[in-house]
This record gives sequence, structure tokens and C-alpha cells, in this order.
Amino acid sequence: MMYKIARENLSALFRKIAEQQELYLPVRRAGQVNFGVWSEEAVVDLDTLKSVKSPKDVFFPQSENLYTVQKEGRKLNVCPQDLQEKDFVVFGMRSCDVQGLCVLDRVFLSEPVDTYYAARREHGAIVALACHEPEESCFCKVFGIDCANPGALPETAEGTGAENKKGGADVAAWLIGEELYWKAQTEKGEKLTEALKGILTDTGETEEQQKLAGEKVAREQAAIRAIVEQLPYSHLSLDGWNGAALNEKFNSPLWEELYKPCLACGTCTFVCPTCQCYDIKDYDTGHGVQRYRCWDSCMYSDFTMMAHGNNRTSQMQRFRQRFMHKLVYFPANNDGMYSCVGCGRCVEKCPASLNIVKVIKKFQEEKQKAQAAEMAGGDQL
Amino acid sequence: MQEGMKNGCAGAPAVLLERISTLLAEGTVARVLGWKAGDMAYNPEPAYFETQEALKDFVYDGFCGANLSKYMIEASKLEGKTLVCLKPCDTYSFNQLLKEHRVDREKAYIIGVGCGGKLDVEQIRRKGIKGIQSIDGAQLVWEESDPGTELKGIGDDVLTIRTIYGEKTLPYGEALLERCHVCKGKEHRVYDELIGQSRDTKDADRFAQVERIEAMSPEEKFAFFQQELSKCIRCNACRNVCPACSCRKCVFDSNKFDSSQKANADSFEEKMFHIIRAFHVAGRCTDCGECSRVCPQGIPLHLFNRKFIKDINELYGTYQAGENAEDKMPLTSFDFGDAEPGIVGERG
Repeated sequence: MMYKIARENLSALFRKIAEQQELYLPVRRAGQVNFGVWSEEAVVDLDTLKSVKSPKDVFFPQSENLYTVQKEGRKLNVCPQDLQEKDFVVFGMRSCDVQGLCVLDRVFLSEPVDTYYAARREHGAIVALACHEPEESCFCKVFGIDCANPGALPETAEGTGAENKKGGADVAAWLIGEELYWKAQTEKGEKLTEALKGILTDTGETEEQQKLAGEKVAREQAAIRAIVEQLPYSHLSLDGWNGAALNEKFNSPLWEELYKPCLACGTCTFVCPTCQCYDIKDYDTGHGVQRYRCWDSCMYSDFTMMAHGNNRTSQMQRFRQRFMHKLVYFPANNDGMYSCVGCGRCVEKCPASLNIVKVIKKFQEEKQKAQAAEMAGGDQL
Repeated sequence: MQEGMKNGCAGAPAVLLERISTLLAEGTVARVLGWKAGDMAYNPEPAYFETQEALKDFVYDGFCGANLSKYMIEASKLEGKTLVCLKPCDTYSFNQLLKEHRVDREKAYIIGVGCGGKLDVEQIRRKGIKGIQSIDGAQLVWEESDPGTELKGIGDDVLTIRTIYGEKTLPYGEALLERCHVCKGKEHRVYDELIGQSRDTKDADRFAQVERIEAMSPEEKFAFFQQELSKCIRCNACRNVCPACSCRKCVFDSNKFDSSQKANADSFEEKMFHIIRAFHVAGRCTDCGECSRVCPQGIPLHLFNRKFIKDINELYGTYQAGENAEDKMPLTSFDFGDAEPGIVGERG
């Protein structure tokens, strides 16, 4: 059953959700949109396509305590961090970000299960929003993701690894003009819908009315997909990027050229919905220790630092690591699933205008050059 | 005057490309540090060119706004001279790096390139323009006359932006980087030769924003910075791009330093990083604006630096870091006229 709500009533919907549980959604603060907790004062922004930081933050916070050690005299008390126990809702995630979670699931829900992450996944309900106006930096289509059908499992696209992604959103939503259309996808989604029935209006009792609503959504989907077709990166080829390409890609001389303008900052990794590397550190509180973990970046010089030193000693190696991980190592270990979802945040935010698309294109270009040279050589013979 | 479009980038002025090509061919320089066409109209990237053939990808247009001076630290370690294209404001940073012995003047061949203001795609996006397919009007238009002379003002110059959602136009002046509105002037402070002309882009007072913050109550100030800095994701882009942040190893990268480094463990940490950085670059910051340009969260980091510059001007006399590579810096030299520490109490 499809439901709907007028845009002007959305704050009533948010208030209703927030009565029961914590609600995270895109909030504009000091000029930028990021996922944050809803409050009466929060400036909700559903029109900005991409939050600066991806909403992975809600499930895998940039920084979180693992446990605390408190010193009392000569006694040490170890207090484990409480796990998420309350249900919460994330509203307004995009298809790419939902698929980003599927990548994180592979990492954190595989044995040994990360209990902190698993608890949040269990208690979080996701309302995914279709991308009304996709932008030029988007390339989710390349990974079989459909931004017109938010939160659905990606189409099975051979070679994209998409067929292996599990998960999806609990509710799919479309913001069309002054109305939001709402459709539960899972049991969790049904439950949330049930609780909101006073505010969500059904799109009609009769079959005819339901059909009309369905058609409206279908028209929006067709319009979105038509835009996606026109996006400059939508037809990017991932040919040659897979788990088997390890040596060929790793040893390529192209990395020496590609990494050069890289500033070694962590912007690409920190805005990314799939980057999952973290560091574990101790923070001296003066009367104890907080053991916490925080996102790490393969761009940083102390990334994976060990007692013997660092196994990547140059920025070229660190730069290469990021793309090898996303396009080669991850698919090699996860049945072909890439750990990029084409959200395009790194494309927009890199201070030196470098990004994964340029890397993919450069390798493609070189391959075509080599093939052309081979053909020309063949002709001469 | 203009070389053809490259991947939607506006190409480079022929006079610049020809000169660079000649210098590379005759062996005056071993390589060129310039810009390579991106795959969108607005994303050329800094790049090295070592052959004539490679120069086919060379571009220089309104979107070549990043400050290339810091790249010269690494380039100074390479064999032979590196030709670098610097805008007027970049040359302040280069001078400052010279003063701090971080770049080698002998290893640099500086072409001071005329500047008519640099564009910021973020400003374009902020106007609600999205789905950009191409941008016309970002190319540099130089007249056939002496370099160093001024072109007419930006005036009616307009960017025509073709997007998936229709064609938009935007006055060139509304898409400028913040730094261009408070331009320090179009004179190159260090160069081997000049190419192209500049035009005036200054239309705002450099310290106006600082003054607005100074006028706030302590509570308002705190709330302002709290709101801005709490967006920080500790990506370190501001530090890594900063020409004044040229330490071989930053204290925030040290694992011996008991700070949370990569994480905003608490609100004290996130402010501490930026405040320490601002203190560390005080007196050396040329106000090039790169910190604010690169911040993914749009934090106006330059305001910290500008506050220090304003204070230095008031307490030690007007001083512009990087104006030359020789004179003494107010915070590292002493004379009896210097402000006493007690001034803090008086000024609040």
C-alpha cells in the first residue's frame, strides 16, 4: 500500500517519529547539510541531494567509545560501552548511501561480528528518498544502483558485483512536487508505517486510486532515470577492474602520475559512504583511559602503522591503496562486490580535483591506447 | 588567442602555451608545473608536464584557482628547474616559503600569470545551479599588449552554464573565490617573467567580516565558532593545502602527542586543532585563502588568520607576509616599540 503526505505536514511527521524514537535526517547547519538529530529548531533540508558527510556516520560514527577504564585509588574499573538498545529512524538516505551500508555490512557483520555496528543496524529503520534531481558527479548507475527506486536491492548487473549486495531500505519515499509518497519495503518499514498512520494518509481505498498514485511515482521514476542516462559518468566502464586484476593494476606505472597532485588529506575517505577503516586509540582522561575508535584514512602517514613502522612509505602507495581497495581487493574478498557506490562525494570535494572516476578513466584510456598500438602493429605485419 | 576546448575545459591562452612550450623545448626548464584538463568544465588538476607531447593536456583558465606554491617544496627536490605558473597572490606564498628556506629559488622558473579573478564551483552550486554539463566564459581573454597592464573590469562578464536542468547564466563576479573579492593586488611579488594581463576584482573590505565578529558579544562569538567548527571532519585538507603549514611532520600527526588526532573526540579537540594551527601560521600566513577553499564543510577558516593579520597590523604596523622574501617578520623580531603582553588585558 502506498501512502502520502503533503510536504507542509512533514514536520508533523518528523515530530511524531521523534516522539517515539530518535530521528536522524539531513539538517542544514552553518550553511552545510549533514545528517543530524531532528529537533524543533533543526533546519531540515530534503532538497540538497547529498549531505557533505555520508549518513554512514549514524551506524559507524566517526568517533565512538569502545570502553572506559576508570582509576579509583589503585583499582581499575573497566566499563564497557553500552550498545544501541533503542530503535531509531534515518530519514532521507539516498540509494547510493543505502548500498554503502551493504558494503559496510560485509565488513562489520561478517565473523567476528562488530557488536557496536550490529546493534545500530538492528535498531535502525531506514527511510530512503529517491533522487529527484541527480547531479553530474553521480555515477551510482555504474554499480547497478537505481536512484529512482530508493532502497531497493540493486539490479543484478553482471560484473558490477551488485548482485551480491544484501540489505536495502525499510521504506522507499519519493518527494514529488508538494507531496511525499511513502511505501514500506520490509517488516520494519510496515511497523513504522503503522505507527504513523494518523499522519500519513493512504493514497486511496479503491484500486483505481492506488493505481493513480502508482502511476505518479512511476512517472517520477521514469523522469529520474531519463536524467541518469544523461549524466556524464553514468556510462563509465569498469572493464578490467575486478579481484583478478591485482598484479596488473598494482604494478601499473600510471599510479606514479595519478597521485602527484594528491595533498594527502583525508577528505575523500571521510565523506565516503563505504570507507570503513578505523584506528583504535587510548585517550588519557586524566583519571582513566577512554579506548575509542575513529575513522582512519589510507591517505594518512600513520595508517596501519605497526611496531616495525609503516608498510606504505610513500604517498603514491597510499593513494594506490584507496583505489585498489575499492575496485580490486574488496571485490576479490566479497564475491565481486565493489566498495564504491558512485555517490560522487569525493568527486565534488577533492581539493586537487582527483577522484576515482579519473583513475578509472585513465586506466581505460591507457588500455585503449595499448590496444590501438597493437592493432596498428598488426596492420604493418 | 585561446587554444581549443579540452574535455570541456576552456584550454589555455596561446601566448602562455607557446612560451611554456619553448622554455621546455630549449631545456631552460626540466618540467612544467601547471594544470591538466579535467573531465568536467570546472575540475582541472595540478599536474607536471615533462614533454611537449604532454602539453596537449595543459590548460589555464578561470578554474585554475589553487595555489601551486606549496607544490614547489617537492619540486625543489627534483633535478633541474621547474617552471611554475603563479598568480599574483600565489607569489606571496612563494616568497614566504623562500624566507623559510622551504623552496629553492634556483630550482624555480616562475611565470607570473595575469589574473582576472578565479572561479569557485562551490559558489556556482550555492546559487542552486546543478547538473553542470559545460561552462562557457571561464577562458582567459588577454589583449595583445604588455603583460602586467590591467584589463577592463569584470563588468558585464557572464558565465553561461549549461546544465541538465536548463541553461543558466551567472555574472563572473558572483562565481569568484572569496579571496578575489578582497584581492591583495595584481602585482606579482616574485617572477622570472610575466605573461598576460590582470583585472581588478576587489569589491569588499578584507577585514569587514573580522570586524563583524569582533563586534559580537563573547557568547555570540562562541556560538558562531562552535557552529562552524563543529562541522569539522578532521580531514586535514586545510592544513595539507596551507603553504604556511610546511612542517616535515605535523605535531597532530605524531603518535607521541596525546590528542585524539583524527577524531573529534570532544568539542575541545576540534577547536584546539584549528586554534593551534591559526597561532602557528600567525605572522606567516599570506591570507591566500586556500584553507577555506578546500574545506569540505565550508568552514570560513581564513577568518582566524585574518584576525591575526588585523591584530598584527594594529599592534606592529601594517605588514603583509610574502610581500618580499627579505624583511623581518613582526612576530619573530623585537624592538622596544613592540606591544607588551599586557595589551591583551586592555584589548579584551
